[in-house]
Parts: sequence; C-alpha cells; structure tokens
Amino acid sequence: MITIQNLHKYYQKLHVLKGINLEFDDGKRCIALIGPNACGKTTLIKCLLNLVTPQSGEVIISGRNVKDDPAIRKLIGFMPQAASFPKHLSVAETFRLIRSVRAEADNTDDELYRSFRLDAIATKKMGALSGGTVQKVSAALAFMFHPQIIILDEPFAGLDPLASGILKEKIQKEKENGKLIFITSHVISELDNLASHIIFMEEGRIIFYKSVHMLLEETGKHTITDAIMKILIQTENE
Amino acid sequence: MNNIAKIIFLDILKSKITFVYFIVLSLVTWISFLVEDSLSKGLLTVAYIVLFSVPLMALLYSTIYIYNSREFITLLLSQPIKRGTLWSSLYLGISGSLCLAFLLSAGIPIIIYSFDMTGFLILSIGTAITLVSVSLSFLIAVFTDDKSVGIGLSILLWMFFTLLYDAIMLFLLFQFSDYPIDKLTVLLLMLNPIDLARLQIMMRLDVSAMLGYSGAVFTHFLGTTFSTILSFILLTAWIGIPYRFSLKIFREKDIV
Repeated sequence: MITIQNLHKYYQKLHVLKGINLEFDDGKRCIALIGPNACGKTTLIKCLLNLVTPQSGEVIISGRNVKDDPAIRKLIGFMPQAASFPKHLSVAETFRLIRSVRAEADNTDDELYRSFRLDAIATKKMGALSGGTVQKVSAALAFMFHPQIIILDEPFAGLDPLASGILKEKIQKEKENGKLIFITSHVISELDNLASHIIFMEEGRIIFYKSVHMLLEETGKHTITDAIMKILIQTENE
Repeated sequence: MNNIAKIIFLDILKSKITFVYFIVLSLVTWISFLVEDSLSKGLLTVAYIVLFSVPLMALLYSTIYIYNSREFITLLLSQPIKRGTLWSSLYLGISGSLCLAFLLSAGIPIIIYSFDMTGFLILSIGTAITLVSVSLSFLIAVFTDDKSVGIGLSILLWMFFTLLYDAIMLFLLFQFSDYPIDKLTVLLLMLNPIDLARLQIMMRLDVSAMLGYSGAVFTHFLGTTFSTILSFILLTAWIGIPYRFSLKIFREKDIV
C-alpha cells in the first residue's frame, strides 16, 4: 500500500530525515510513530501528504508517487496536530466545505460527528469553539470519507477523557475494518491497547519497526511504555 | 466562484476589521465631497485618500490573513486538491472581498457625486491597487514563514511605494539635474504601481501642476492616451507578476 524509499529531507543545513525506508503492505494496522522531539515524525507524515518535498527518495502510495498525483490524497484522512478554520465559518459549513473539496458528499462516515455531538453545535462559529472542540471537528473530518490510510498527529492532545475514549474506540474499529492508521504521540501510555506496531525514530532515522507483540516479547515487559523505557535506558547505557 | 474562495470571501466580509475599513473609508469619502468647495477638489482629495489607505489595508490585512490561515491551508492541502487551485481560490476570496469593501465604501459617494469617467477611473484605480497589494502580500507570505517579518515587510513595502519612492526620485532628479535622465525617470515611474495609479488620476483630472516632474515627462514622451493605456497594462503586470511568482514558490514550498 505504501512504500517509502530512501527518503532524505533537509531544512537548510539540518538533515531531518536520513534515508528512511519503510514498507506497509496491508491495512489492519495501527502504527504508532514515536520518538523524542525533533526526531522527524511530523516531517515523515508531511512527506506522506506531499506537504513537504524530500530532496531525494520517494513515497509511493498504491503504485503512484505522491508528488505526481494530488488525487492520491483521496485515500488519506489527516488529523493535524493543530487545526484552525476560518473564524466565521459554522461547524456545518466547515464540513460542507471539506465535502465539496473531496467531492464525495454522498458516502460519508458520520459516526464521530454524531458521537462527539457536533450536530448539536452545527450552527456555532469555528472561532467560538474551544481548542478541544476544534480537535473533535478535525478528528471527525479525518475519518469522514472512508480513507484507506488515516494519519493522526497527536490526536489526543486537548481532548477530554470521554472524547479520547470515543476516538480510541473508533481507531480500533477502523483498524479491524482493514484501515492503515498512523498515530504520533508524545504520551506513549495513550498507545497501550491501541497500537499494533511501533516505529521508533531518533535523529531522523528509523531505529526499529516491529509489532507490539514482538516488542513486548523481546523486552519482557507488559506495556508499550515499559518496553520503550527499557530500550531507551539500554541505548543510553550503550 | 469555487467553494474555498466563497468561504474566504464571506469570512473576510464578516470580520470586524473589514467593517471598520468600510466605515472609515465611507466617512472619509463622504466628508471629502462635503467639505471641498468644488467637485474636482473633492475628487482629488478622495483620490489621494484612496492611493494612501487602500494599499495599506490590502497589503497588511491580506498578509496577516494568509499567515493566520496557515493551519487551514495545511488541512486543505492534505485533501485531494492541487496547490495551484488552492492558491488561486485564496487570491480570489481575499481580493474579491477587499475590492467589494472598497467599492461599497468609496464607490457609493463617488458614484453619487461624480457619475462619469473620472469617478469610474478612481474606482478602477482603487480596485487595481487592491489587486496589486494582495498580489504583493501573497509574495511576501510565501517568501518568509515568519509572521512578524512578513508583516514588517508589508508595512515597509507600503511606506516605500507611497512615501519613500517619491522622495528617492526627487533626490535623484536634483542630484542628476544636469544630465538627460528623462527616460530613466519614466522607467522609474513604471516601477511603482502607486505612481502609475496617481498618474492616471492626475491626467484625467487635468491637474498638470500636480503631475510632478516624472508624470509630466511620462505624458510628454508618450502622449495622454498612450500613457493611460500603458499605465493600465503596467498595473495589470503589477497584479500578475507578483502573483505568478508567489504561485511558483507556493507550488514547491514545504508546508511546515
């Protein structure tokens, strides 16, 4: 489904991605992208969306290079770390706008829209919403058009526990439905019982990409948090 | 008009700053006509106000609007949409709303007091200057990711075109008055959209004393009709060229 080949990205002299190679054949996976600040997680995500152009290497999704074909993004649902919308736009108008851009108005997944009770605030202006509610709008939009690939950049930041629970449930459900889901999060404990695979990045390189099951087995731990902590301590000692 | 352009157009029209711009420009235009004892003096005052305030509002407001829409632009670019389509929609939405605000505020009194070619010319010039300023702000916004630098640049550019440019030109004219620099003066005039717009209005109002040295040389060399046509072509270039450059940069830009 996605092939990332020898991706190198520089911001001026800063080498942010140092030869990333990854391959994701099928869905039914929830892949957590973790690593310290400035390790290149967000840049990697932005390369998938062609928001950032790498100096070398390529990203192929379903046989097409993301650079050449904007229509490929029909396959992707994206929830950015911080979303903002025109202030005077109502919630309903925001959804109408994105629907018109996607041109897939008929067949939409409104589950999160209803679960987050966004229908109750449909006439409210986006400028009057709290940060958490804007996140809910952003999350509902990411899942709305039945994308095969869902990219969630710090999805739980700003969400209340109830909304976080709803979103986690939705992520699990879509994973079972065969979707390929990427999540970045600074809070590793949020990924327990959610991620099926882990990509650990450091200084622009992939340190490892393995299933959670294998990670726990190798480290002898019971949670992702403990396993990652053990690896970090080991790396530091070496 | 496509949906993104429509949304941005309405968003700007509903903003408080646009409303204040509308009220202030309306009031000043009405007062200019009411206070001045003759119509041509009133039109001249209005023309000066338009040439001074319209580029400031258009440059500054659209630069800030683009910076404030950065996350929205990122979200839209993650959808199956071409960058060129998004950029042109943004341009259409921002320039459309600012042109409408200008036409409704200054336009109504101008049409009431001067429903003729002169009134029409001032409105066309105000619209053209709005479009030029929005194009320049698009260029500034893709040139630097730093919002404060972008805002600073747009204020500097406004000051340069409306105030400093003429001072520099006058300085050059005095310093090199012994040399035949007429053609250079004409060339310099073409490089300032505000001067081009001013020249149009002065020629129409036939206030040759206020044409200034460069304006007089311009009309002397090219004749009134040809000057008018040429300056409109140049103003169109001032709209098109910065926009095309901004589009080229935006197409290849990293959205960070």
